[in-house]
Amino acid sequence: MKCDKCAKKATVHLTEIIDGKVIEMHLCEDCAREQGQGMEQQFGLADLLAGLTDFGKHVPEVASKTAMQCPSCGLTYEDFRKFGRFGCAQCYLAFKPHLKVLLKKIHGSSNHLGKKPANQVMIQPVAEAAPDQPQPVVPEVETVETLRVKLQEAIEREDFESAARIRDHIHELEKRN
Amino acid sequence: MELNDLTHQTGEWLRGTGPFAHIVLSSRIRLARNFANGPFTNRSQKKDLEEVLSAVDIAIQGIDFFKAATFFRLNELDNIDRQFLVERHLMSHDHAASPQGKGLIVSPEEVLSVMVNEEDHLRIQVMQSGFNLDGTWEIINSIDNSLSEKLPFAFLPEWGFLTACPTNTGTAMRGSVMLHLPALVMTRQINKVLMAISKLSFASRGFYGEGTQAVGNFYQISNQVSLGHSELDIIQNINGLIRQIVEQEEQARQALLVQNRPVLEDKICRAWGTLRNARIISSQETIELLSMVRLGVDVGIIRELAPKTMNELFIMIQPAHLQKIEGKKLNTLERDTKRAQVIREKLNGEA
Repeated sequence: MKCDKCAKKATVHLTEIIDGKVIEMHLCEDCAREQGQGMEQQFGLADLLAGLTDFGKHVPEVASKTAMQCPSCGLTYEDFRKFGRFGCAQCYLAFKPHLKVLLKKIHGSSNHLGKKPANQVMIQPVAEAAPDQPQPVVPEVETVETLRVKLQEAIEREDFESAARIRDHIHELEKRN
Repeated sequence: MELNDLTHQTGEWLRGTGPFAHIVLSSRIRLARNFANGPFTNRSQKKDLEEVLSAVDIAIQGIDFFKAATFFRLNELDNIDRQFLVERHLMSHDHAASPQGKGLIVSPEEVLSVMVNEEDHLRIQVMQSGFNLDGTWEIINSIDNSLSEKLPFAFLPEWGFLTACPTNTGTAMRGSVMLHLPALVMTRQINKVLMAISKLSFASRGFYGEGTQAVGNFYQISNQVSLGHSELDIIQNINGLIRQIVEQEEQARQALLVQNRPVLEDKICRAWGTLRNARIISSQETIELLSMVRLGVDVGIIRELAPKTMNELFIMIQPAHLQKIEGKKLNTLERDTKRAQVIREKLNGEA
């Protein structure tokens, strides 16, 4: 199916009901991003999509340098953002730093309060896979990607001073690129 | 049980009884489960899918609830058969669309169905007639407990059950209730109701599942959020919402009866007349008219029709069902003709 606004492939499908009339929209990712601004007020949908594709923020492609990747199935965080699907249970551990914020955005909480399975099977955390090997200490390199996560976290805990600082840092990095 | 046996029966959930059955057609809960190891379906090779299918096949052998169930391999079914299972609400369109490596388990009364290798390794679904999410939960919870003793489900204490899509993480539960709300539609209050539903983080969709529009005044209401609340809390929240909607629909029906009875009677009786006499009829028109007839039965304007017969018609008039009944492929005109015949037989037989 083609996008209603340009000729690209439509990947976002929206149905709106206004005064009893059903309006369907089929949009490509770019046009959907534009449309997203107007949608935000009516639905939580824009927020949800924001979590999955960083809607409306348009993250530059610097992320690939430090791409997070699931060691088990090979899915990168970039691809997860694109398709919105995890590749295996391990992905949850591999992308953990991003997921708390994402899950909170979607569900309003990131703590499971429901049932547990009869048999709990350990999903081995990635870092603990080889506990005998001393992990080399690598100083953390700040990227726009990691800073955006930190910014989101700061906003979540209403620490606006840090948020402002991080935001300036992001602007600086973006200028340099 | 063979697939063709299903042609001559309808699911237990359509019997038209249970709490508030005059407004609530059915209650459904589904749980998504994945294996802790190996890729999720979207990154699986053929052999991974086969492994999941056989692991599930072995696991269900010792579980009572699966004793009489049938395990279909979807690649062994033809298009019409797969569509037939979709029309019965036993599986999704997506599941039918790419049958390689996919499975479906169905219990004889169609209370339980399990899609294997849909978006998640397991999509367990239990359906009941009427407004009965609590009873539905009891059944599905015990089935899930039995399965989790035998299969290693992906689970983290802080985030619950791990699903392919983050919108399902946590309880991985979706509870949904199918409502028939003709009076709220006729009194133009339905948009207000739907707006409130979306504000409260619940979703509404049509009779024929995800991505379908509301036809015949049927609305399926379900929870959106699956993390941060227990399963029972989520169910209580849906119950509270449904009770309010049911109450509003009842009030709207009363208002129509008091203020507009002749108009309402006319609409209902015309629908009744058309359905019992039409020779060619589309599914869209059928569903709209059946909705009016259903309202007529519920408010006592039509007395000679059992709710079960009517509920069955909603399922039987769909394309794959008509073709199964006829035993061959039918084109659009042939289907519309067959549909009219099936309806006449059902309704005039009842009268």
